[in-house]
Amino acid sequence: MKKTSKSLLTPRRQVIKGAAASLALGAVSMPLMGRYAQTQSAEPIKIGFQVHRTGIGAAYGRWYDRTTMAAVEKINNAGGINGRPVEIIAEDDGTDPKRGAEVVEKFATQHNADLAFGTLFSHVVYGSAPRAGELKIPYFVVSEGHHVASGALNRYTLQPGITDVKSQVQAMAPFVADNLGKKVTMVYPDFAFGHDHRDYFSAAIEAQGGQVIEKIAIPPTETSFTKYFPKIPRDTEVIYHVMVGPAVLTFVKEMGEFFGSSRPEIFGFIDSLEATDLSSPGLEFLEGTYFWEGNPRYAQANQSEYDKAYRAAVGVDANGASVSDSKDVSTYAHMFGCWETLHIVKAGMEASGYRGTGDRAKLIEAVESMSDMPHSHAHPQGAKRFNGKTHQVFGHQYITKVSNSKLDLVHTTSIEDTLYPDEVDYTKQSF
Amino acid sequence: MELAPYLILGSIEGLVTAAVLALMAVGLSLVFGVMRVVNVAHGEFFMLGAVLAWFVADMIGGHPAVSFVAALFIAPVLVGSLAVVADATILKRIKYDPERTIVATIGLLYIIQQVTLMTYGSNARPVEPPFNQRISIPWFEWTESGLSMYWPWGLGTTTYKLAVIGFAVILLLAIWVLMTRTRIGLIMRATQLDRDVAQAYGINVDRVYALVFGLGAGLAALAAVLIVPIQQAHYLMGHDPLLLSFIVVIIGGLGSLAGTVVAAVLIGLSDGLISVFFTPTLAKIIATLIVTFVLIFRPSGLLGKHNP
Repeated sequence: MKKTSKSLLTPRRQVIKGAAASLALGAVSMPLMGRYAQTQSAEPIKIGFQVHRTGIGAAYGRWYDRTTMAAVEKINNAGGINGRPVEIIAEDDGTDPKRGAEVVEKFATQHNADLAFGTLFSHVVYGSAPRAGELKIPYFVVSEGHHVASGALNRYTLQPGITDVKSQVQAMAPFVADNLGKKVTMVYPDFAFGHDHRDYFSAAIEAQGGQVIEKIAIPPTETSFTKYFPKIPRDTEVIYHVMVGPAVLTFVKEMGEFFGSSRPEIFGFIDSLEATDLSSPGLEFLEGTYFWEGNPRYAQANQSEYDKAYRAAVGVDANGASVSDSKDVSTYAHMFGCWETLHIVKAGMEASGYRGTGDRAKLIEAVESMSDMPHSHAHPQGAKRFNGKTHQVFGHQYITKVSNSKLDLVHTTSIEDTLYPDEVDYTKQSF
Repeated sequence: MELAPYLILGSIEGLVTAAVLALMAVGLSLVFGVMRVVNVAHGEFFMLGAVLAWFVADMIGGHPAVSFVAALFIAPVLVGSLAVVADATILKRIKYDPERTIVATIGLLYIIQQVTLMTYGSNARPVEPPFNQRISIPWFEWTESGLSMYWPWGLGTTTYKLAVIGFAVILLLAIWVLMTRTRIGLIMRATQLDRDVAQAYGINVDRVYALVFGLGAGLAALAAVLIVPIQQAHYLMGHDPLLLSFIVVIIGGLGSLAGTVVAAVLIGLSDGLISVFFTPTLAKIIATLIVTFVLIFRPSGLLGKHNP
């Protein structure tokens, strides 16, 4: 009998071991083999590209990669930067902050890259930027988080190619209050990016005489959403949603199933449906709802020649999908940031006469002195205004409406709508 | 929303979770019970089921019901076959040694996950449900004119979600019949009780192991095919269900089918109800607490065999 009880005990420990092992797997980032790029002749300018190839940001990473490669090809075909070719050294960060810091370190010490670039997810930026500051390597993020302009980061971290959440959200509030309703329920992911939405939209809608009547935070790894919807108050006039990650389609579908035919007005950030086909089954109910878009996914009637050229260079069709696979939908509202950032790096290096890693501070000073950037082939999303003190760029925002499973532009904000007072002056920090 | 309709919504959501969890955990429990193998790659078999369902639906096309039924058969069989191959080429070679099987299945987890990422990609892709009507659920209230019926705002579910619950119940009954009423079930139970004696009586233990490993993986895949029209197929989707399955298996009692089902319903329902009334984080905290208390007060699980 004693023997039996012993043999019953051991297996339980085994199961717990297994459970512990599987827990640990979630915490440990995947040790992917690094890609060691071979050094080439003619001393190329090396740009370390921190890319979300795996993890929850992978769909964005794929398109950030394509946009980056297209921009580099265009820059190199036009003679490179200061006569030198640009070389991209891509490293996967697994959409993981800890791994992100390691990747930045690898760029600085192992690859001897001139700068690091390309991060999207805000928690990875938070994890990586301090290391970039310590290693004194310029870190150009394409993240749309407010962390740069808030003063939380450092002089080496800049965001010149994409606007931040605070300005985007602030510019949406007048449209929402005037056209959709004043009582708003917000649904957002429960981490820094979602909190930015919560804080800035609440303040902005109050300034318009509106009110956020309920705030529903959803853990970023959640996969089922119906259980959250009963928290939406009955008198809600507008649902404001912004979700990211692989479960976004489930989120929108279940929201449709929850409301049935009697939905309030719905305003969403396209982040909820980036890389997702609008004609996917279950999304019919989005017809007539509104989206913020950083850059309209569907080619509009008034499409600029710049957007046309940019679309063709990256390989995106008029519906925002890959030209080679109509089911492979792009992250069009965000990825232009990679294109524009690389063109700013080029302009900054040329203005400062950049020669090598010893000139990193000069590059940052050159970018800090930039201001208005016209709508052009280098800036296909629209004109921009860079604030050298806060290291943050400002630009037009687009609001589109779903009709016939496409997104039609209904409103374009001015740059002035997106401005707010400076919260930091990075130029006062020493290098 | 009022309390009672709220409760119903939470219960339905919880039961859908429980249905899928029960199928998956029974697979894990079966593999552990018979083979004494802690299969850390179980979540990846689940994920593979969902991904294959997408491939099948994408290739067949046509009416969603046709491609879905095809996926329901093809995906679990393919995943089960893969598991049989993994058993013969990996687990058998390391002689089912407990520690080494954990390490080996972790390796298998990464291989499956990365191969899926390299082939299927990082997108979350939807499979269309065979049928999906929204049902509004009526509720009753006392008014001055007596009992009247009304439709509370937001109280509803879909026919597909109800079908998932029903289908899972049928499958679980079928497994119970298989284990208790058939010859192959008898052989499995014999192997579970004592591998050496079973072998001495002429049972081909190697074949039983391969079958059980394949069956366990097939069940995980089947659970995934059922859930994939509600959620989407994504290469990282296996991790959370794996953890929940371990929780369910520990609470329910090792190798006990009934205990596993009871625990799955307990965890699924508490997750649904607590998330609706409080927060999903609290639901996870409570599930972990239950595991702790079960381990302290009933180490062999709720319905596990008692130690004398």
